[in-house]
Amino acid sequence: MSSANAHNHHEALVHGHDEHHDDGAAHGSFKSYMIGFLLSVVLTAIPFWLVMGEVLPSKLATTAIILAFALVQIVVHMVFFLHMNTSSEGGWNMLALIFTLVLVVITLAGSLWVMFHMNANMMPASVHEMRNLP
Amino acid sequence: MSATAHAPGLAGDASRFYLKEEHHPQNGTLLGFWLYLMSDCLVFAVLFAMYGVVGHNYAAGPAPKDLFYLELVALNTAMLLFSSITYGFAMLEMARNRKRATLIWLAITGLFGLAFLGIELYEFHHLIHEGAGPQRSAFLSAFFTLVGTHGLHVSFGIVWLVVLMAQVRKHGLTVVNRRRLSCLSLFWHFLDVIWIGVFTYVYLMGVLR
Repeated sequence: MSSANAHNHHEALVHGHDEHHDDGAAHGSFKSYMIGFLLSVVLTAIPFWLVMGEVLPSKLATTAIILAFALVQIVVHMVFFLHMNTSSEGGWNMLALIFTLVLVVITLAGSLWVMFHMNANMMPASVHEMRNLP
Repeated sequence: MSATAHAPGLAGDASRFYLKEEHHPQNGTLLGFWLYLMSDCLVFAVLFAMYGVVGHNYAAGPAPKDLFYLELVALNTAMLLFSSITYGFAMLEMARNRKRATLIWLAITGLFGLAFLGIELYEFHHLIHEGAGPQRSAFLSAFFTLVGTHGLHVSFGIVWLVVLMAQVRKHGLTVVNRRRLSCLSLFWHFLDVIWIGVFTYVYLMGVLR
């Protein structure tokens, strides 16, 4: 165990000196972190500006736009901060992520769909309430 | 080189795989940690779904529009974003084998994390003080559960960060500590990803409706 650690440690040092460029590529570089950060700032600032400044007259349009910005920002974080790509860990990272995303979509969309239809179908008293939802 | 890289359990093409991937595949820790994060993601998905289902039930109490100060949320978001980039800088210094700089960036990350927590606790205190505690309505129960769970994750992240700083200080940037720092990096950036969902879905869309 300890000899294996010593090997690995030695190796990390070798990598650190000789293959610095590759190491940077595997873990992100200053440039990639800064790109990710600047994109995140822009992608965060615009939704806040849209909502706080009440820029658009349509709430539906604002909602759609900020949701789209959130999705883009999540991808930006995944790529630039979490270093997701199709080849890390032999692709298992990406596979696990895709599987999780499928489950997340089923959980979210399924819950909302089922629960709001249940409201409408099973509780007539609340139909009025449902109509008044903004 | 390939002789030292060849670990038991790896296939015959290990050296080639190794050169492409650096030291990631040396063991399954990072993949395992990623799988944990994915399961954590499901926890948050369920909490988001719950908030989506009951988030409109105000029980004649206050609505998001009456409660949320977006200026405060924007400040909070900035704290978390800054902590993400400073953790990135810590990882870059770690790759360069500079222990002191790594520790400094980790400390700055921790301070931003604490600022985030402080602002969130201030907000919670303010809400509860106004009578908008978790018992007030289904909306507020869901809100406190979702945002509180995220805050709890950040708290444990900070504890982990402090522990790792002590480890790095004592033992240096060993392979084991590098691996731990890489895991915490995933955790920390993952929490930022969850926060994107929180500020968009809970705060911004809450104020919109």
